Amino acid sequence: MISIRNVRKSFDEKQVLNGIDLEVPLGETLVILGRSGCGKSVLLKIIAGLLSIDGGEVWVDGTEITNLKRKQMNQIRRKIGMLFQSAALFDSMSVAENIAFMLDQHTDLSQQEMRKVVDEKLKLVDLDGVQELRPAQLSGGMRKRVGLARALAFNPEIILYDEPTTGLDPVTCNEINELIRDLNKKLQVTSVVVTHDMHSAFSVGTLMVMLHEGKKLAYGTPESMINEDNPILQQFILFGAPDQILNIDEPTLKKYTGRSTE
Amino acid sequence: MTPPSSTPAPSNGLAFLLKNRLYHTLSEVGDAFRLLAETIFQIFRPPLQFDLLMKQLLFIGFNSLSVVLVSGFFTGMVLGVQGYVQLKPYAVEGSVAQFVSVSVVKELGPMITAFVLSGRIGASITAELSTMKVTEQIDALEVMGTNPVKYLVVPRFLACSFMLPTLTIFSTFAGIFGGYVAVVTLFGFNGDFYILQVQQHLFIGSVFISLIKATSFGMAIAAVGCYKGFSISSAGGAEGVGTATTGSAVISLITILVLDFVLNHILFNLLGLT
Repeated sequence: MISIRNVRKSFDEKQVLNGIDLEVPLGETLVILGRSGCGKSVLLKIIAGLLSIDGGEVWVDGTEITNLKRKQMNQIRRKIGMLFQSAALFDSMSVAENIAFMLDQHTDLSQQEMRKVVDEKLKLVDLDGVQELRPAQLSGGMRKRVGLARALAFNPEIILYDEPTTGLDPVTCNEINELIRDLNKKLQVTSVVVTHDMHSAFSVGTLMVMLHEGKKLAYGTPESMINEDNPILQQFILFGAPDQILNIDEPTLKKYTGRSTE
Repeated sequence: MTPPSSTPAPSNGLAFLLKNRLYHTLSEVGDAFRLLAETIFQIFRPPLQFDLLMKQLLFIGFNSLSVVLVSGFFTGMVLGVQGYVQLKPYAVEGSVAQFVSVSVVKELGPMITAFVLSGRIGASITAELSTMKVTEQIDALEVMGTNPVKYLVVPRFLACSFMLPTLTIFSTFAGIFGGYVAVVTLFGFNGDFYILQVQQHLFIGSVFISLIKATSFGMAIAAVGCYKGFSISSAGGAEGVGTATTGSAVISLITILVLDFVLNHILFNLLGLT
């Protein structure tokens, strides 16, 4: 569904991505891990067509998107929904107007039909009765849910999540993780999640990739990542991993935690 | 253009700084003109979203009317007092209405209106767009397949280009009336003679010049405001928004002054209009 081939990206003289190769098969949820500034969000924005690349190829649903004109790119974007780190809701609009924005811009649906879609999408993210509120009146968790409802409005085949749990309390984080997992199951979408919240990563990911200094350090299923004998990856997992991961009786992990299996 | 190297030799530090500054200024001007060209291109690409345009027309026009009227009125009063006092020693104080009306119509009407709007509307456009940029709302528009230039810049550009000449007409009338109030009440000038003089010296050509200037200033204010709003880095934060907003107001003022000189030269010197 998404294929990243030898992608390179630099800002001024700083090389952020240096020859990244990745595959996200249909229906999978890829979690991109890495330290702050390693290029996770940059990679997500490249997939969304928000940033150009210096070299390589990006394929989305069988189309190479790096040299597309705006009109063609917009056709691809209709298949993509994106939840931004700050939710990026339009301040000047109500919740309902935010969710209906894409429908209003790109379809001929009546107000009543749009209202129906808004209600349906809000129900999907377990919210109701907030249609007329402004983004400023919502809590952080509610904003993320509304952002997600907006991302779902056009029934996307791909959902991109940029740090979906950042800035939320642990309970709300867990709710958002469950929501992402449920949506992926219900809607059978392909997802890419950028996070450095390890609980979130192991909760929603079916595939993981770790970026380090512009390169792909490790790629595989969550289980294979735990087994990967790489000190940088293991440190990253251990410093933020939930107890259920740390308690796994797995020799590689124990080598880095220093916990004895005896 | 190749950007200057980031490591200057100690001996030519000043030359490096100047070269660096020049490079950034030129690339900013280039980017601003690119945005302007894209805006003009998008104006002619249907559909034009009239609801967005109406919202901006109301915001710019209605909200600025009172301050434009007050500024115009007092500018006219100042001109009336100064004109009368300066002309009296030469016994030509009877020409004060001509002095006020010609000054206000050809120069101060569009200029004062543009100054007020650059501080009020230009800065507000920059603050709004730069906040949208740092909170990723502009990225969100892109991801949802909406061109931010068409959705955000075009309505503001058109509204400014239309409302500035409209407000200039109000400002000009307020200015002429201000001059009337000043000279009639303070110096006992004959009111009917003032009105007659204004009628005799106000030509349609002068009004036309005033409107050309005002439209150009409106375009400049919107272009600078939108460019400064869009050019902020996503990581700029609140400090970046503040810097962009201040920068927008300053650059707008300078642009208006330079544009006024260029237009005066073209209209009065090259084209010979009076």
